[in-house]
Amino acid sequence: MLASRVFSLVGRRSISTSLCLGAHGHAGVVKAEEYTLPVYADRRDVPLPEVAFVRELSAQQRALKEKEKAAWSALSVEEKVELYRIKFNETYAEMNKGTNEWKTILGGVLFFLGLTGVILIWQKNFMYGPVPHTFTDEWVSAQTKRMLDMRVNPVQGITAQWDFDKNEWKK
Amino acid sequence: MSAALLPKPQMRGLLARRMKFHLLGAFLVSMGCATLYKFGIAEPRKQAYADFYRNYDPMKDFEAMKAAGVLESAPPK
Repeated sequence: MLASRVFSLVGRRSISTSLCLGAHGHAGVVKAEEYTLPVYADRRDVPLPEVAFVRELSAQQRALKEKEKAAWSALSVEEKVELYRIKFNETYAEMNKGTNEWKTILGGVLFFLGLTGVILIWQKNFMYGPVPHTFTDEWVSAQTKRMLDMRVNPVQGITAQWDFDKNEWKK
Repeated sequence: MSAALLPKPQMRGLLARRMKFHLLGAFLVSMGCATLYKFGIAEPRKQAYADFYRNYDPMKDFEAMKAAGVLESAPPK
């Protein structure tokens, strides 16, 4: 009997979360966490968001909302715009407006390309050793002559560009 | 409402219109690419090969290569 009383005490305490308090009506109204409520979002494909943009209305805005309950023809243009701005953040035109972000992006890309170029130039100048001897002009011209002698790519390639009679490149 | 009403925008058939436009465009672009390739690259290449081999004498070519000394088993002598 003592054990069961202890158990009922422990049981009630362990399941008494704020939700249960709300269900039993003990602690009163439960404050919903902000992240669980529906949010407002400016989206092209959702024209009517779940909540209005402005949540807490000032006294002036509340008076306007009362006026909205009467005939709308009585509202001035400024009042209608104010009602719109209470409900929505940006108009479709404002939402779809482009930015100048592309200039920043292009500038950043070009800057880093330039920086890479500077690094490469520094490397060629200060870091790399000499290229192999097979890149000298004498070697390359001897190499090209051998390719022409062998008739490499005679149809559309290098041999097709050489004039064998005049011994020079075709114009 | 203050000024005159805006004209009623297109409400239906939006996807159909977009698809028609893009299907036609895709067809034209792909056929255009194929035609350009055929007449810019493929046909000239076929012509180049035909022209090269029309009056090609392999023995003359062989003698030229031999004289230049690039054939290991056929020295110029």
